[in-house]
Amino acid sequence: MSESTPLLSVRHLSTFFELSGNVKAYALEDVSFDVYPYQTLGLVGESGCGKSTTLMSILRLLPPNAHISGQVLFKGVDLLALSEEEMRAYRWKEIALIFQSAMNALNPVMRVDEQILEAILLHRLLPREQAWQRVQELLDLVGIAPQRGRQYPFQFSGGMRQRAMIAMALACSPSLLFADEPTTALDVMIQAQVLELLKNIQKRLGLAIVLVTHDLGVVAELCDQVVVLYGGKVAEYGSVDAIYNSPQHPYTQKLLEAFPDLHRPTASLASIPGTPPRLTDLPSGCRFEPRCFARLERCRHEPPALREVGEKHYAACHLLEEKENLLE
Amino acid sequence: MEAWQQLRRNFRELWQSFRGNRMGVIGLGLVISALIVAILAPWLTPYSPQQVMRDENGRGLTFAPPAVHPPLGTDDGGHDVWAQLVFGARISLTVGFLAGFIAMFVGSFLGILAGYFGGWLDNLLMRITDVLLVIPDLPLMLVLVATIRQMQLKISPITVLILVIGLLYWTSTARLVRSQVLSIKERQFVARARAIGAGHAHIIRKHILPQVMPLIVANTVLILSTAILIESGLAFLGLGDPTKPSWGTMLNFAFDRNAISNGAWWFYLPPGLAIVWVSLGCVLLGNVLEEMLNPRLSGHHLEGEAHIIKPGEQQ
Repeated sequence: MSESTPLLSVRHLSTFFELSGNVKAYALEDVSFDVYPYQTLGLVGESGCGKSTTLMSILRLLPPNAHISGQVLFKGVDLLALSEEEMRAYRWKEIALIFQSAMNALNPVMRVDEQILEAILLHRLLPREQAWQRVQELLDLVGIAPQRGRQYPFQFSGGMRQRAMIAMALACSPSLLFADEPTTALDVMIQAQVLELLKNIQKRLGLAIVLVTHDLGVVAELCDQVVVLYGGKVAEYGSVDAIYNSPQHPYTQKLLEAFPDLHRPTASLASIPGTPPRLTDLPSGCRFEPRCFARLERCRHEPPALREVGEKHYAACHLLEEKENLLE
Repeated sequence: MEAWQQLRRNFRELWQSFRGNRMGVIGLGLVISALIVAILAPWLTPYSPQQVMRDENGRGLTFAPPAVHPPLGTDDGGHDVWAQLVFGARISLTVGFLAGFIAMFVGSFLGILAGYFGGWLDNLLMRITDVLLVIPDLPLMLVLVATIRQMQLKISPITVLILVIGLLYWTSTARLVRSQVLSIKERQFVARARAIGAGHAHIIRKHILPQVMPLIVANTVLILSTAILIESGLAFLGLGDPTKPSWGTMLNFAFDRNAISNGAWWFYLPPGLAIVWVSLGCVLLGNVLEEMLNPRLSGHHLEGEAHIIKPGEQQ
């Protein structure tokens, strides 16, 4: 597969949850992006804007009250059209997931190496003897002494658990890796270690990575492409350079402002007033309108469409259209 | 090999903490002694339960006190009470254990199904459980055993007892297991198991069952004592097998044949005490096991002496 064809193309992905009392929570609406081999895509946004839901929708691991629509093309196959049985063959073997908190994602009463082995044996990739061999190699790869694999998760430090989780994710040699806030619960030193490890592994194995995080520093360091989500919709989508150097959506601008800058310290941290919209009660126009500093009249009623604002750089905001009109 | 060593190590750890609990050790002793008596029954008495004892003149010894015919005298028909007691242990314990195990299997199976899959299956199973919980056990079993007996099927009365008790007594196990499964299946490692592409069977076998197993084991021991008590109750009411007397059947005979008005305490006390012996053992053992294995029943984390690890000390 050449580097110019996307490994994963998400098109118009929408997910809503059916809640009791006929209430629907629209968690995702019309989300589209591409992921290329050897590249990292960052999904950023506030809590509750649909970052993790995007990953879980693609893997189809949401509870049964979730309704997913759209298209998820992985190597040309629409994952949403597969049967549950066929989908299981894709999980981990093609798309692996690093969970946010490794402590909870590891079974507390199973040895770490057995949990890594589990995935290999489940997909019948290797006979038992060779699978053990592979587990040792994987532990070695993430910098854990193979003997320590015999221990239980509680005997590991936080960073080791996350590294074990990464070893587990690599067990079946997936081509796409989802990392759901892989560094959130770790201290800065360990964060750096884990990120370094991820970068290293990507270079060596040619993985595509989708990284969910709200740490914009991590995004700048690791990602090639960025999707900024707000209220379940794509606010802005483009290369890291484009997003960081010329953010077009007011939300992205505010988000970047809210990130403290070491060179220009301010007395108080910048923040965006208000909270993300409730998914059961979304504004009818632009979802960011109630919190936007540059809102127009039409923002209240008319949801903005995603517009191309540069080379592979998209943003959804009425201001851009107004600006264009003015220029013409 | 690996798994076997692991199992042995787990077992040894369990035994270490079990040994420190006097109640548990007593309970285990009571249960094991009863089992040994049941297994060794033919070697513990020279007589069979049906054999009629006679004195030197060839006359039947009826209601002979222990002083006349040791160790426990005879009943109204001249049968040796001790022989009946040790052979009765076989029947009582067989029925109790088999019924208990059936109840455990049915209860755990349905509990895991209901808890894991939820939805209408859960609803259906739990409503059935509710209905069974509401109906008084003993009268229901009484009616069922009597009805099945009437149908003249070619099933031995003991089998009928085992099946009726086993198939009606799984409700509490099912509830307990279900609630535990409900909490386990929400844990993130189950989500991870789904993410690695595991199916339901794999998740239940590798991730759910090992975590509910301790609970099931402890509960089974408690169910055993109830099963033995119910068997005794049904047998006392005349639903046992008269040709293979259990402890309950012995009590039934003693009651029917006026052992009490004849003052033949050696006829009705031993089976009664034997029932108490075994069920007390099961309850003690079960409670201790439950305490050890069920994290919810362990004490508060501030309870007891703080154990401070000194520098250099191995934990």
